[in-house]
Amino acid sequence: MISLKNITKTYKNTPVVKNVTLELPKGKIISLVGSNGAGKSTLLGVIARVLNPDDGQIIINERNIEDYKTRLLAQHISILKQSNHLNLKLAVKELVAFGRFPYSQGKLNTTDQEKINEALTFLELDDLKDRYVDELSGGQKQRVFLAMVVAQDTDYILLDEPLNNLDMKHSVQIMKTLQALCKQKGKTIIMVVHDINFASQYSHYIAALKSGEIKYFGKTQDIIEPKKLKDVFDIDFEILEHNNKKICNYFN
Amino acid sequence: MNVIKNYNTLKLFGLAALVLVLAIVSLFIGVKNISPLQVLNWNKQEVMLLTISRFPRTIALVITGVGMSICGLIMQQITQNKFVSPTTSGSLDAAKLGILTTLIVIPQEQALVKLIVSFLVTFSASLLFIKIINNLKHKSIVFVPIVGLLFGGIINSITSFFAYKFNIVQDVGATRDMSGSWLMGDFSGILQGNYEAVYLCLPAVVITYVYASKFTVIGMGKEVSLNLGLNYSSVLNIGLLCVSLTISAIVVTVGIIPFLGLVIPNIISHFKGDNLKATLPYTALFGAAFLLVCDIIGRLIIFPFEVPIGLMIGLVGGFSFLILLIKKQ
Repeated sequence: MISLKNITKTYKNTPVVKNVTLELPKGKIISLVGSNGAGKSTLLGVIARVLNPDDGQIIINERNIEDYKTRLLAQHISILKQSNHLNLKLAVKELVAFGRFPYSQGKLNTTDQEKINEALTFLELDDLKDRYVDELSGGQKQRVFLAMVVAQDTDYILLDEPLNNLDMKHSVQIMKTLQALCKQKGKTIIMVVHDINFASQYSHYIAALKSGEIKYFGKTQDIIEPKKLKDVFDIDFEILEHNNKKICNYFN
Repeated sequence: MNVIKNYNTLKLFGLAALVLVLAIVSLFIGVKNISPLQVLNWNKQEVMLLTISRFPRTIALVITGVGMSICGLIMQQITQNKFVSPTTSGSLDAAKLGILTTLIVIPQEQALVKLIVSFLVTFSASLLFIKIINNLKHKSIVFVPIVGLLFGGIINSITSFFAYKFNIVQDVGATRDMSGSWLMGDFSGILQGNYEAVYLCLPAVVITYVYASKFTVIGMGKEVSLNLGLNYSSVLNIGLLCVSLTISAIVVTVGIIPFLGLVIPNIISHFKGDNLKATLPYTALFGAAFLLVCDIIGRLIIFPFEVPIGLMIGLVGGFSFLILLIKKQ
């Protein structure tokens, strides 16, 4: 479990994340939603220790994040940022192999090799593994980066807008993969999503942020309500139900 | 899988053999005609010439070729920019400033002290360059090396100023022309006893090889490095230390060798990709072969005189780069 206690992050005197306290349950998909500038990505960055909070504590598996060595922490938690601009010319299998870096420091053993192959198969990249990453399409690239995270084999996977720039087919494909990761491998997935319907369809919990504070946190069913959503996004929502899943119509 | 691996090893051996052949050819080129037969017969005069002048020159060529190419590669990883190299980051200019400082302040000191001063100046300048580009708002692929050139220009102008002031312009060659100054790269003056500092590149080469995977991770950016549990700043500093040591050792012994650090890593990256663990041996060997070829042509073309090595690298390097660009289209 990840516990956040009184997390505050300020950029040039403007607080972006304000006094956030949150308990993120294990083995679930948790979506962070909110308008632009609500502090979702910053909060995600703080949890992944890519950003240092100005105040507050992060506790992972009952241990303060600061007590972890960088290398050890990388075996527990991984993050995939929204803009994965790779300057290097690497083959798919080479990039995915770097997911094993926290364990192997570049010298791959048989376990590493197994995990790499497993990750490649999990994301259906077996046919592409010898291609260079920069030759692939957006959807394929995103799968490659996800495979790298899968190979890293951490309990907690943080994703910053994993559907950014993907079409509907590929978005659904990625979400299904995340579901499988959660179900088959017991991973905890915490992600920032912009499309409220993707959050509604695929996540177990939703945390709604507004101007740096957690407005609502709870099971998806309880959060997807017209009143709460209007409070978070400042627009009107109509909620439709289909197969016990809620779909939001906000095209007014 | 095994077949591919064997094939790659074979290619690597081929490249190593090429370097060896070129090195042997390089040994037997010169005004005094030496034939391998004379050496095998242990002809005293020829063997002496070989050990005092020809061997040191060839070894300096090989080490410089390896060192400059690897330096370029590390700088490109650290800055995440394919066009950054010792020439376009102010490193070479800083090494020059370091040598000028020693000429003015401690002219009587030994070569080693001069090397250390030069190394310190180069290392500080590299740190400053990294600091500058970290503060840049637009880190475009072209802008960063331009800033590097400007930065080098500023360092160079400081060097020029003090060189004029102390009347040692001839030595420092601060005017960037080719008029016979020893800081323009030149292998003709290499003799036993004055080139040994170049061996200081070797530890840097070994460290680079050990750290190859880490340098690749650094090339993916600070956040990716953090995510993979890598101590970004310590690896960055180790990289800069290696680069500074190599560059100052080379500049002190043979002078400034331009372009090499830019051209070689880019050619290898084009064909082999950027996984340093796999490509580093190619970069090193290809750098050595390339420099040997340039030197051999430069020595033969207007025999018994020599075309400056910098000019040869510019010609051959520029030409091959052009071919690469045209083929890419």
